[in-house]
Amino acid sequence: MTITEKIIARHSGKESVIPGEFVEASVDLVLANDITAPLAIEEFEKAGAKEVFDPEKIVFVPDHFTPCKDIQSAELVKRLREFARKYKVRFYEIGKVGIEHALLPEEGLTRPGDFIVGADSHTCTYGAVGAFSTGMGSTDIASAMITGKVWIKVPASIKFVYKGKRNKYVGGKDLILYTIGKIGVDGANYRSMEFTGETIRNLPMDDRFTICNMAIEAGAKNGIIEPDDITAMYLEEVGVSFESLIRSDEDAYYEEVIEIDVSDIMPQVSAPHLPSNSKNVDEYADVKIDQVVIGSCTNGRISDLRRAASIMNGHTIHPEVRCIIIPATQRIYQQALKEGLIDVFLTAGCVISPPTCGPCLGGHMGVIGKGEVAIATTNRNFIGRMGHPESYVYLSNPEVAAASAIKGKICHPDEV
Amino acid sequence: MKVKGNVWKFGDNINTDDIIAARYLNTTDEKQLASHCMETIMPDFSKKIKKGDIIVAGGNFGCGSSREHAPVSIKGCGISAVVAKSFARIFLRNSINIGLPVIELPEADEIEEGDELEIDFEEGTIKNNSKGKTYEFNRYPEFLQEIIRNGGLMKWVKARYIKSQ
Repeated sequence: MTITEKIIARHSGKESVIPGEFVEASVDLVLANDITAPLAIEEFEKAGAKEVFDPEKIVFVPDHFTPCKDIQSAELVKRLREFARKYKVRFYEIGKVGIEHALLPEEGLTRPGDFIVGADSHTCTYGAVGAFSTGMGSTDIASAMITGKVWIKVPASIKFVYKGKRNKYVGGKDLILYTIGKIGVDGANYRSMEFTGETIRNLPMDDRFTICNMAIEAGAKNGIIEPDDITAMYLEEVGVSFESLIRSDEDAYYEEVIEIDVSDIMPQVSAPHLPSNSKNVDEYADVKIDQVVIGSCTNGRISDLRRAASIMNGHTIHPEVRCIIIPATQRIYQQALKEGLIDVFLTAGCVISPPTCGPCLGGHMGVIGKGEVAIATTNRNFIGRMGHPESYVYLSNPEVAAASAIKGKICHPDEV
Repeated sequence: MKVKGNVWKFGDNINTDDIIAARYLNTTDEKQLASHCMETIMPDFSKKIKKGDIIVAGGNFGCGSSREHAPVSIKGCGISAVVAKSFARIFLRNSINIGLPVIELPEADEIEEGDELEIDFEEGTIKNNSKGKTYEFNRYPEFLQEIIRNGGLMKWVKARYIKSQ
């Protein structure tokens, strides 16, 4: 069995499972945010449920429209807060809250071998610690909050084998944008993406989170990386104890095996309006930009901020560009302060936002207007994603975004 | 169950931001959500359609976010079914859970905007009255049919769990 099949089997009381089989699995963690939890709460109450299956295993993270952007979003968060108090489920208030997919691993809530569901499509991020983790809708989450279980069709797996040495400025974001460009936005629909190979084995955790985070952009049910020494070190840092590190069998079945030589990959940029429109940054050189966003559940972690700061140090933002930096959690924010990164950003002329999903989904804290162009370290560049239906979003890694902010146009970091 | 309506045709990779933009997700009200359905790519969609009309689209319909508000907005504005070459998985789950009929049809490309369709869910057929053509579609696997027979996921959950609480 693959690692994904093993985790599903373990959680559905079976010796083994095969792709295509429907099972009912027990969950270790159930997640919802300020957009998706209110619908789940309504369904929970409509069903007449009186208790949750386990308050310790349910977590509400109000991160999308917080600090609340308007009265309606304040009302939504109020409903989360009231439900959390009544049923004693985990709730992260402003001052403690961060972007959910950066926050939960940091809080030690995601472990290898766990089965995690969340009412947010980027829940697949936790595959980076070796968990089976997938996004669902609010009704599924309501049902999971009551029963502690979800129905799931066991996905077939695609194995991605990355070989070779990464070029300068090429990180997890570039590997995943390149991969989505290769297979398309439905290239892994319903399936599991297992990321393997020597390049992955040498890849730091933050890059692994970025890769698994965007598995959904290829339509995948989950993205996953077998835990190893790097995972174990990370888990120790965040205070997670674990029994054993689960791995795929040598003879596990893969629907497809795709080999990628990363030494061919240069920093990637995805043009509007699909993440699969990825090409080498040089192909989009000279696209003039109005806004840069460095943050999100994809690239708002400490190493992302370090990378952006390493490019920005000693430079100033182009006079016709505004640059928004969003540390993904309070802890990342504080670490960036200690390391002097925030000072670099402020000196360069960036604005620092509190942890929020904000502009990534055109919510607040940096919405763009008609005809405007942004380059962002976020995950989606759909029509109108960051604001006006006639605006444009390019996706990139933090170094490319930082360099572009300085030059006022999309450019390779070496140009700075 | 049978439905009949005229077709609104869309292309491939219609994502959840196309169906309902995130700036409208500060409510769970079905009517409010419905009023912005498809607005990003077809302004005034909710005003143009008639109750019972059918959306027909290409591949990977509903890709992107997990927002259940997307199928809720489609159902809320009176669309009776969505037919597509394929669906993104979270959208498909959400639709089944909230009772929006969704049908996978590889020949969806042959259907054009304005065509009149009649869908018979028991027989598993789609009749294109404008083109005089009938398609058979694959019904859901038994496991999902059980959920649908129970009237959606929460009724299924209620029947199995709530009584015991």
